[in-house]
Amino acid sequence: MTTALLIEQGLNGLQLGVQLFLMAAGLTLVFGIMNMINLTHGSLFMVGAFLAATVLAKTGSFALALVVAVPATAAAGLVLEAVVLRRFYSRGHLDQVLVTFGLIMVINELTRMMWGPVPVPMPVPQLLSGAVTVYPGITYPSFRLAILGVGLLVAAGLYVVVVHTRVGMWVRAGASDRAIASAMGVNVSLVFSLVFAAGAALAGLAGIMAGPISAVQVGMGEPVLILALVVTVIGGIGSIKGALIAALLIGLADTFGRVLLPPALGSMIIFMMMAAILAWRPRGLFPVHG
Amino acid sequence: MAEQTMVEGSMPAVAGAPRAPAAPLVGIAVIVLVLALVPTAAQALGNPFLIKIATRIVIFSIAAVALNLVLGFGNLVSLAHAGLFGIGGYVLGIAAAQVDGEVSTMLLPATGELAILLPLAMVIAGLAAAAMGVVALRTSGAYFIMITLAFNQMLYYVFVALQQFGGEDGLQITASLTLFGRSASARVPFYYGCVAALAVVLVAMQRLVGSRFGVVLRAAAQNERRLTAIGIPPLAYKLAAFALSGALAGLAGALLAASQDFISPSDMSWVRSGDLVVMCVLGGMAYVTGPVIGACAFLVLEFVLSGWSVHWQLAFGGFIIAVVVTLRGGLMDLLRMATPGGRAP
Repeated sequence: MTTALLIEQGLNGLQLGVQLFLMAAGLTLVFGIMNMINLTHGSLFMVGAFLAATVLAKTGSFALALVVAVPATAAAGLVLEAVVLRRFYSRGHLDQVLVTFGLIMVINELTRMMWGPVPVPMPVPQLLSGAVTVYPGITYPSFRLAILGVGLLVAAGLYVVVVHTRVGMWVRAGASDRAIASAMGVNVSLVFSLVFAAGAALAGLAGIMAGPISAVQVGMGEPVLILALVVTVIGGIGSIKGALIAALLIGLADTFGRVLLPPALGSMIIFMMMAAILAWRPRGLFPVHG
Repeated sequence: MAEQTMVEGSMPAVAGAPRAPAAPLVGIAVIVLVLALVPTAAQALGNPFLIKIATRIVIFSIAAVALNLVLGFGNLVSLAHAGLFGIGGYVLGIAAAQVDGEVSTMLLPATGELAILLPLAMVIAGLAAAAMGVVALRTSGAYFIMITLAFNQMLYYVFVALQQFGGEDGLQITASLTLFGRSASARVPFYYGCVAALAVVLVAMQRLVGSRFGVVLRAAAQNERRLTAIGIPPLAYKLAAFALSGALAGLAGALLAASQDFISPSDMSWVRSGDLVVMCVLGGMAYVTGPVIGACAFLVLEFVLSGWSVHWQLAFGGFIIAVVVTLRGGLMDLLRMATPGGRAP
């Protein structure tokens, strides 16, 4: 393997990793605090991408698309939480899986009714359409570098909020023991709404950034959802740090697996990794609940 | 009797099996009889298409009954069963494709003989389930759900990536399939064969959940710690149940591949796993026959809705949500309440 390939695929892997982190962050906190399996998280990823593609087509401004679509996805998440999901926190995991499974069908079909079955075009913004020389002789698309940069910034921001602020302390308290946190005066249901909205916003952001490099189409959220679930499980449910490390690990392993191994084996590699890690530590790398 | 009293009376999963051994067998007999009358009805109505959809219902019934062993009686929400179903289908598909020399592997025999291929599909799917179970059963609850979902997608992507077996387009079976040397391609006899397989699976399952093994499995679903304390290792029982369940899902997959002369990765996507879980819940997880009722209702509704509108998934998704919200015990509970002498559980 040459240095050029190593650098290029390394960047690809990190870029996939930060995108997975944006998805997994919301998933792992929703899960950690409310013990809720939310399969509709992939739908929020899709909704973000469709909203941004529409604003972009109407106005031609990628920045405006971001500014409109991210809060709109957060709002969609809040509505989803308040109208349906909230009723299922106290139900078993089976009911949660089924109801979010049904919701995926509904949301996918509504999206298809509004935007049609054909992928919606979403061009790379003008400013970032070029390529950058990252190493003598190696160029890399600016847009992908931007994704990497935004992802790392969000991860750093999230770290500061979760570890160094009062709200973050409530979130961590809720994730490690909801009942005790509630008894100590934390308004867990408010914290949860906040976390759900933030998670939805991050999923939407991930979707918007994935739009120009993959296709904006119905069902685009599900493959990402599955990878994000793998990340969540490996990192340890409820752990932001675990999600970041596992996301980068999965991003790199998946990217290099596809380049270096035969196709059938390459597509298995991350699941094998998951199996190996769970055989060693059944509750993930950084278990939150005692 | 200590195990028995511990299990009795707390969860709906217990309501079905051991109390009145005769009643469930009558239920099975009624179901099998009704299904066996379909070809006659199809002929009387002059609608041969009926047999095609009935074959599908019987095959998915086998898969759902298989899933319900771990889901309804073991309380293990597995989303890997479409993957195991697909393994069974591909074992049959690949072996049969070797007859014409389209593909060749060292691992499978080149034959279209169902008497060899169906047991083989069960063994391989069962082994795959056991391998997954070793990892997945070390965890529980939500972890188990997500891990089985991940394994399902692993199998899906592997078969998408295997270009020599058709990749994403799937594998066409051109060789003629036989059963004990006689052609197995005629639609009506094949259907009777599937119904017979379902009957055997149902009777065996009914006996299994009422046996010592079934009692331990249901006890493990409720309190593993107590089970361990009285000296029974829950993991071994859960693993055996998961492997058996996987083997039966593999049988169903092989039958589907044989019935449509085709198998593709879309038959093993995680959405299919979700469908199977919905079938069990819809029919009633507490009963061995529940998933059969669920599979009938599910597939008939899917058929009716998809003929009615292109946007049928909207209504179908809404239906699934409504089932989860309102129908906790499944259709079987409604049936039991409706029959004279039946009682609300």
